[in-house]
Amino acid sequence: MGTAAPPVDPVIPTARRRRFRVFGRNPVVGFIVRRVTAGLATLVVASFLIFAAVQVLPGDVASIVLGRNATPSRVAALQADLHLNRPLIPRYLVWLGNTATGHFGDSSAALAQGSKVSVWQIIHTPLRNSLVLAVITILIFVPLCLALGVAAALRAGRRTDHAISLTALSLGALPEFLVGTLLIVIFFTQLKLLPPISPITPGETPFTHPNALVLPVLTLLCASVAFGSRLVRASTIEVLREDYVAMARLNGYPERRVILRYALRNALAPSVQVCAQMVQYLIGGIIITESVFNYPGIGTAVVQAVSIRDTQETAVIAVILAAIYILVNIVADVVVVLLVPKLRTQV
Amino acid sequence: MPVLEVTNLQVHAPSGDPILEDVSFSLRAGEVLGLVGESGSGKTTTALALLGYTQAGARIVSGRISIGGELVEAKVEPLARRVRGRLISYVPQNPGTALNPSMRIGDAIGAMAETHRPDRPSPSIGAALAAVGLPDAPDFQRRYPHQLSGGQQQRVCISAAIVCEPPVVVFDEPTTGLDVVTQALILDELMRLRREREIAMLYVAHDLAVVAQIATRIAVMYAGRIVEEGPANQVLRRPRHPYTRGLLASIPDHIEPRILEPMAGVAVGIGERPAGCSFAPRCPMRIDACDQAVPMLRALGNGQLARCVRAEEVTTPPQRLIALDRSAPAEAAAALCVSNLRAEHRSRRETVVAADQVSFEIDKGRCLALVGESGSGKTTIARTIVGLHAIAAGEIRLGDEKLAPRARRRTRDQRRRVQIVFQNPGDALNPRQSVGTAIARPARGLRGLSATDAVAEVKRLLDLVRLPQRLLERYPAELSGGERQRVGIARALAANPEVVICDEVTSALDVSVQAAVLKLLSDLRHELDLALLFITHDLGVVAAVADRVLVLEHGHVCEAGPTDAILHHATNDYTKRLLAAAPSISHVLEHGH
Amino acid sequence: MRHRTFRIPAFAQTTSGATGLALAVLILAVALLGPLFAPHSIATPIGPPGQPPSAAAPLGTDFLGRDVLSRVLHGGFSVVWIGTVATTLAYAAGSAVGLIAGYTRNLIDPILMRAVDVLLAFPALLVLLLLVSGLGPHIPVLILGVVLVQLPGIARLIRTATLETSTRGYVEAAVARGESMMSVLGRDIAPNIAPVMLADFGIRFGYSIILVASMNYLGLGLAPPTADWGLMISENRSVIGLNIWSVVAPAIMLALLTIAVNLIADAYVRTSGRSFTPRGRARILRQTDG
Repeated sequence: MGTAAPPVDPVIPTARRRRFRVFGRNPVVGFIVRRVTAGLATLVVASFLIFAAVQVLPGDVASIVLGRNATPSRVAALQADLHLNRPLIPRYLVWLGNTATGHFGDSSAALAQGSKVSVWQIIHTPLRNSLVLAVITILIFVPLCLALGVAAALRAGRRTDHAISLTALSLGALPEFLVGTLLIVIFFTQLKLLPPISPITPGETPFTHPNALVLPVLTLLCASVAFGSRLVRASTIEVLREDYVAMARLNGYPERRVILRYALRNALAPSVQVCAQMVQYLIGGIIITESVFNYPGIGTAVVQAVSIRDTQETAVIAVILAAIYILVNIVADVVVVLLVPKLRTQV
Repeated sequence: MPVLEVTNLQVHAPSGDPILEDVSFSLRAGEVLGLVGESGSGKTTTALALLGYTQAGARIVSGRISIGGELVEAKVEPLARRVRGRLISYVPQNPGTALNPSMRIGDAIGAMAETHRPDRPSPSIGAALAAVGLPDAPDFQRRYPHQLSGGQQQRVCISAAIVCEPPVVVFDEPTTGLDVVTQALILDELMRLRREREIAMLYVAHDLAVVAQIATRIAVMYAGRIVEEGPANQVLRRPRHPYTRGLLASIPDHIEPRILEPMAGVAVGIGERPAGCSFAPRCPMRIDACDQAVPMLRALGNGQLARCVRAEEVTTPPQRLIALDRSAPAEAAAALCVSNLRAEHRSRRETVVAADQVSFEIDKGRCLALVGESGSGKTTIARTIVGLHAIAAGEIRLGDEKLAPRARRRTRDQRRRVQIVFQNPGDALNPRQSVGTAIARPARGLRGLSATDAVAEVKRLLDLVRLPQRLLERYPAELSGGERQRVGIARALAANPEVVICDEVTSALDVSVQAAVLKLLSDLRHELDLALLFITHDLGVVAAVADRVLVLEHGHVCEAGPTDAILHHATNDYTKRLLAAAPSISHVLEHGH
Repeated sequence: MRHRTFRIPAFAQTTSGATGLALAVLILAVALLGPLFAPHSIATPIGPPGQPPSAAAPLGTDFLGRDVLSRVLHGGFSVVWIGTVATTLAYAAGSAVGLIAGYTRNLIDPILMRAVDVLLAFPALLVLLLLVSGLGPHIPVLILGVVLVQLPGIARLIRTATLETSTRGYVEAAVARGESMMSVLGRDIAPNIAPVMLADFGIRFGYSIILVASMNYLGLGLAPPTADWGLMISENRSVIGLNIWSVVAPAIMLALLTIAVNLIADAYVRTSGRSFTPRGRARILRQTDG
């Protein structure tokens, strides 16, 4: 047995050959381009669904918007203003073109009252306020999720883990409005420490009343840290069970090195995905949390817009939120590809 | 002066049941001890225990391990780590999953050197790679594990294991996941390293034929104890324990094909070991004394040790050589005829040809073996015949009927006449259906049997595959791998087929179980006049079971002919390479290493 | 036929699972049977608004003077039945989509999954808000919204599970026998992905309740004077200083319900021992079967 010829191993499996190469050699750039294109396509389809959702309903948009003020002449005027007498698809395409180029149009509800208020004027401040809230929350919850999740995973099955997991499970189960309300009960009603609703007036930035940010951020953190840390824990536990972690121990490496360079390094990618998921969850959570505290953000804006049936404002806000949602996905996917060598070289 | 000494190693499971008992052996520099055993024997537990490592909550209860005179604190894990890499290192079974996917291989090897010999100058990574036959270019060092082939990954693991020059290296079935040619190359590499560096190697394996290629001494384990030990030649030529004898009789050999003799009974699990000799329930030489106490491991001269009261009476298993059929195929119409078959794998990006211009015929009552490595297309061909994969060109005829590509489009009768048994007993059966239901389904669906008739039929089939009737109501999770595989065969037979395709049906089974299943298939073939298409990568199995052989490489037929012609008078280069690389005990006994 | 004696399911044998089960039974009993035990009507005031607990009203009165206890007893019913109906419908639709996509693979799968991806581009609450803005705050709209929100996730999960299962030997054996797609899905695939579905159903049921309650809180779901826990938490904010129970009582009920559902789902996942993680992972100790 055995041959005399020098050892020749079988051919190395080559990376998948693509039919045509975009941007030359670097597969990551090609991936980004493909991903962004897919995201844009999804956004376009989503925008159509949004448009259809707000426009197509039993009954007449104009009458419902006008409500009690609906007289035939006013209805006709509003219909003309809102271009409701044209068929759906051309209306949609015009609307899409406008929205994509930043012309967000005028508020339908305002039109119904006879005044012209641009949607952008209504939403740009709330948008900024919400971004402040979101960024602060994200800056806190990412490290917290990772720390708690990894800590629980490293002590899996022991008391610390049980304590963290059970607390996370219970807190994460609660709806945001419930957490927010309970926080108000504790911090305002009982302790009189923090304001229950946001005292920010239009024209001020959230930073003029930093106290007002505490409870909303806490509320958002509650569910996202709870869910996020459990997911990070689960994926970290999986990584800890991998063969290469056991092999690192068999190679005699100190435990610290095994955990950091072998386990956690490979748990980064799934954790990034978890964080992205939580950021998306946050976008939904913001809507309701702002309502609890009357925080002048995009969440309260969209709820209000829906209550008064302001179709244009609702649609624009929805498209913006969907775009952010999709963007977060894309960024997470790209980061994961950069982090995982196998994807980086074969994508 | 032995460089590794193990005395009375004892490892217990979390439940307190012993996994290893009274394991003692020693190793000298430059020696290769082959530790052989089937599943449940404790061989891997032994290998890991030498590094002070246990799996799944097991505990090292007692035992003395010393390497180069230094005592290994095996019971306390953090202390045991001190010897790893420096005195003893480990080469894993599956290098693909054992390497950190986010670490370049140059760094992986360098890390070993830095951690375990920080005071001495590190050997260059290039030299470490060249020492195992890998390119030393910086480009290659920057590769990630997934950019290497299986053989290259294993060489990287070996390089990392020896870079700090430990006196002892443990190899845990390092070639199990590799194809036969690569396996031969790796074994060559190991022998060269042993010669050059005088490393003491512990080579753990379940395949005695592979161990025979490389070991200077062999230790056989059964139910957590060493039952035989001695110089490799002696153990292989004249075993002194009935279990070793049974193993040797059930191992297929392609150089000297013989009829396999399976051992009775099944391996005993942890916690079920009898009070006396663990092998006694299955032993053909059992006497009353065997059940009373565990026999001691005693010396028998020639450096051989055996744990049997009747060791002196154990004889070499007789070689019942098969008279290989050299006759030409019969003139009658073939049961299955494949002509110019072409099969492809299509994805959105590319089309890969799995098989091309493949033609063969199988007659009733004959067995054709399709031999090839992974990627040769043999499984794809099997799937096209049974209708799970569409053919791109060519024709499949059953008798004189042409078969439609997809199973759904074939007639019920056609579907009935061709059946397949899968490789993996773990997922071949629906976990939610009892054995009886699983076997009955083809009988009812393809033969139209009523419920009552089907029950009778299932009972008959269980007898046919030599399974006890009480398994009727059991669920797959309660069965062993060998039992599940027999159920799979029974299920195939339930349709009353003419052609049965066996897709690597014994690859996932222990050697002794494999022998039993192969015997069963042989018997059934003769009893029922079945045409068997046997797919395998193991040439020894081919020798034991097939009349004719077809050798495949990358989807093309290299060579085809009667078994004897292929095994002993091959003409094609690839076939010759395969034959040379495939391990054979008889070859080792005749020609040495 | 399976002749198995009844065993306590594994998840109920864990502390958290048993606690969750007990809690869930308790709260569901209140939600479903509560209306039968309410001492007062939910619509007519029985005293001044925001009165603290008294003999006549053990939990005090709400912002309109109605009995909080009675309203709490009535308040769970809608959210539970709507949540159940919506989750079940979502599961029926999502499973169908997932099973077919996972089974047919190359044919219909890409189309279905693109559609699912689009639906997944929306934050959950936004979908509900959009539907309500278009169709009004009616119960069927709420149900439709919850279904649309849950469906993509379910379809994805079932699809992955189906894909994995369809490569198993017993499924291929059935396909080779020529069994119809429905037969294979029903006999071989569905029973084996059931544990995954059950665990997921539990978690989604909890989420559905949260969604409906949130919409009610925003005033865009069930309308007053319906007694609903979510609505009550919102409308009683003005009297929170006078009678804290008007907000805390429904809050506690809702909290216990969602916690209980999650405890059960988590215990089930931990004890069922099956998850659809990537297969074929070798262990260092690969033991061939005997």
